[in-house]
Amino acid sequence: MNLETLTLQEQIDGLREKKFSSVELVENYISVIEDKEDLNIFVSNDFEKALEKAKKSDGSKKSQQDVPLNGIPMVHKDIFCTKGIKTSCGSKMLDNFYPPYSATVVEKLEQAGSICLGKANMDEFAMGSSNETSFYGAVKNPLNIKKTPGGSSGGSAAAVAANFSSFSTGTDTGGSIRQPASFCGIAGIKPTYGRVSRYGMIAFASSLDQGGILAKNIKDAAIALQCISGYDSKDATSIKVEVPNFSEDCESSEFEHVVGLVTDLINSFGDEDLSKNYGEAIERLEKLKIKTREIELPNLELSLPVYYVIAPAECSANLSRYDGIRFGYRAENVENLEDLYFKSRGEGFGNETKKRILIGTYCLSSGFYDAYYKKAQKIRNLISSDFVNAFKDVTSVMLPTTSGEAFDLGSITDPVEMYKQDIFTIPANLGGLPATSVPFGEKNNMPLGIQFIGNILEESSLLNISNKFQLGEK
Amino acid sequence: MKDNWESVIGLEIHVQLNSESKIFSDAPTKFGSDQNLQACEVDLGMPGTLPVLNEKAIEKAIKFGVAINAEIAEKVGFARKNYFYPDLPKGYQISQLDDPIVGKGSIEIQLGDQEIKTIGITRAHLEEDAGKSIHDLFENETAIDLNRAGTPLLEIVSEPDMSNSEEAIAYLKKIHSIVCALEISDGNMSQGSMRCDANVSIRKKGDKKLGTRTELKNINSFKFVEKAINFEIKRQISCLEKGEEIVQETRLYDATNNTTRSMRSKEEANDYRYFPEPDIIPIQITSDQIQRIKNELPELPDEKKERFINELGLSEYDARNLTYDLGLADFFEKTLVNIDDPKLVVNWILGDFSAILNKFDVEAKNSKVDAVKFAELLTYLKEEKISGQATKKVLENIWENPDLSVSKSIQDLGLEQISDDNEIEEIIEKVISNNPDQKEQYLSGKDRLFGFFVGQAMKESKGKANPKLVNEILKKKLV
Repeated sequence: MNLETLTLQEQIDGLREKKFSSVELVENYISVIEDKEDLNIFVSNDFEKALEKAKKSDGSKKSQQDVPLNGIPMVHKDIFCTKGIKTSCGSKMLDNFYPPYSATVVEKLEQAGSICLGKANMDEFAMGSSNETSFYGAVKNPLNIKKTPGGSSGGSAAAVAANFSSFSTGTDTGGSIRQPASFCGIAGIKPTYGRVSRYGMIAFASSLDQGGILAKNIKDAAIALQCISGYDSKDATSIKVEVPNFSEDCESSEFEHVVGLVTDLINSFGDEDLSKNYGEAIERLEKLKIKTREIELPNLELSLPVYYVIAPAECSANLSRYDGIRFGYRAENVENLEDLYFKSRGEGFGNETKKRILIGTYCLSSGFYDAYYKKAQKIRNLISSDFVNAFKDVTSVMLPTTSGEAFDLGSITDPVEMYKQDIFTIPANLGGLPATSVPFGEKNNMPLGIQFIGNILEESSLLNISNKFQLGEK
Repeated sequence: MKDNWESVIGLEIHVQLNSESKIFSDAPTKFGSDQNLQACEVDLGMPGTLPVLNEKAIEKAIKFGVAINAEIAEKVGFARKNYFYPDLPKGYQISQLDDPIVGKGSIEIQLGDQEIKTIGITRAHLEEDAGKSIHDLFENETAIDLNRAGTPLLEIVSEPDMSNSEEAIAYLKKIHSIVCALEISDGNMSQGSMRCDANVSIRKKGDKKLGTRTELKNINSFKFVEKAINFEIKRQISCLEKGEEIVQETRLYDATNNTTRSMRSKEEANDYRYFPEPDIIPIQITSDQIQRIKNELPELPDEKKERFINELGLSEYDARNLTYDLGLADFFEKTLVNIDDPKLVVNWILGDFSAILNKFDVEAKNSKVDAVKFAELLTYLKEEKISGQATKKVLENIWENPDLSVSKSIQDLGLEQISDDNEIEEIIEKVISNNPDQKEQYLSGKDRLFGFFVGQAMKESKGKANPKLVNEILKKKLV
């Protein structure tokens, strides 16, 4: 049996039925990981500790309910702080950063019994759509090493696709879970803003960042999402509501669906392949006898410019703490305080990060604030209300995840072209809405993805429709 | 000040709120612990950490707002104020811009016998304190202490309603007495619990338009506020009289040399790039919450003052001075428990007792002579067992020797008043017979020599003779 190709659900069942041990699982993964080092997926790993933990898991008497992921190996995006383990956020700035605390997501997954094998490579500070902005170099797409795995959670997506683990954590500020999931042919979910604690998740754009899961399928994503969700007193933006049973709801037959479609909008791109895949997705819904309804999202196209004002503005402040004073990279041989700032930040940050800090600083500057930041916030509210209106009539909205398949590494040099990668994924972040990406279709032998966007806190319904769609006809 | 100029002053007072933990983290706020031991990962601005608002800070700010009859915001939102400085860990300060928790309000001040003046308060907002840079600990290096980082601050911004340093001091003292009465801050200026920036400008008398202002930073005692403002007024007037223009700038007060010097001009001023803090969702304040706080409000300095005037018969002047320092007012009331003579007590508290507190730089609540002992001492005086002079000596004596009782101290110092008629007669007869010439002169009409005999008698009794009796008996004898 190839343990590394099993789904999370299969691993949970297998461990429970003692078909194999956690140690065997971990050993299996380690050999795969060592085999595929060239993919550049891991920034750091701790196999010894993982094996130790696996041994403990195998001897654990705890109930399945207490430790639902007992003995299950997994991978964290290197944006989540792990106590005593390097957390680089893909940046030279944090290449020497060993946090004295763990992110809430990390703690929750530890409490659930899972075992972290390593930290996944990512775009620097989650700013990128191709993993090419990482200080550690780009991750290669396991399906075709010439291609990007997407970004910013490129390492997390590649880890699942390359069988480094059955699921991984990721973060999604403008599509950073869904786009790489789509590029690597796996499933991903970004839950409602506030569903998963952001504590210990290194901030890019605070009002948009949300942690989530990448997995082989929607059911697995639901199981893992269950474990990381819930109110956290350490995150003032986390929502104080009970977490539903996502894995049960995912397969329930109780949910009624009306899927909102934007066929005209998709066709307006004039991209035949895009329209074709979207059309085929609609056909699948029809075959599954799921109700659909054409809706309008009139301000959707404004998402991109709005995002590229708000996200850089927030990041310009969030990244001010990297000043070489208390932690992180500190330049040598400096003349004075100003020189220390200039050199530490100049040498510690990569170009894309610097570019976004500059954009954000500009947008917030005196005299420009109203024209950029304030206006962007207004449009953000418009986009949110478009969804509020849409959800009066539908239970979810279906969109492509990306406009195309994974592109060749190094092929996109125009930043605006790169930013356009996020055109379908950004709206969910602006509205704080949960959204999934489900593998569907292909182009040039690379997978494509279909995205479902759900209403606020309606992950159960969203997972349910996504799962139905992924499974297709019985 | 030359007659044709007038100065306009506004103050920004930073009050450290006395919540147990910081405004956005669980770390304690206690003053004086070893460096960086009271700073957690949130205070250090470490990656991924998030601020969580301490509701206690909100409560305390509302208390202040209610006490100055200000509007309280329904929605309280925070903003990021961006600037780089080593003791500002996140590179931004979480503050408030558009929705300050406390809106327009006012307080009243009074100088001497002048009319009551109303000073407007523009707003008061919550923010986090920064850490401290320590420049003299290591050679050529600056050390950072982040214990103070994240301590809740209430920044109280006044209207430019004050015309001189005396009014500024009166305003500052009034704010001090209010925050102390509300128990929202310890008000300790020497430990930085209250810090003050002053905006000073000069204009021609009668002008409506304000002159260009400078902002004075780093003034942390009542005395320095007065000195800094006075210096700055003089400096600006002398500039204007030389035909120079005032530059809008931030100036630092240098207490050692009693001068102000330019820190940065308007052109060099930071663009703080404020924007709403996304990590903290704006909170709603309900009218119920405000009403509850209103109901729980303690007696405010002005109310106490009125009570002292109306119920205890104090003069307006005494009552005002007593209620500037609530520690003194409290000591006053505690003393009255054991001696029913408000006028006598207030005179001694505002006089010699305050002098001794100032001399040893001690607050009334930490006085080495407690209110019971103080009342006992004043009872000796009231019953004419000791003189005023002697009372002062005993006060100093029992201050320096806290274990000493009042009676023992009087005994030790030999200050018991002589109120025995015969004993005093003896002394007076001796004095008169020793000074026959003066007696002649007095009897021939030099009335003012009466004082000479009183003095001689007091001297002869080593200050112990009851002056009232000395007067009476002298009058009888000098015939």
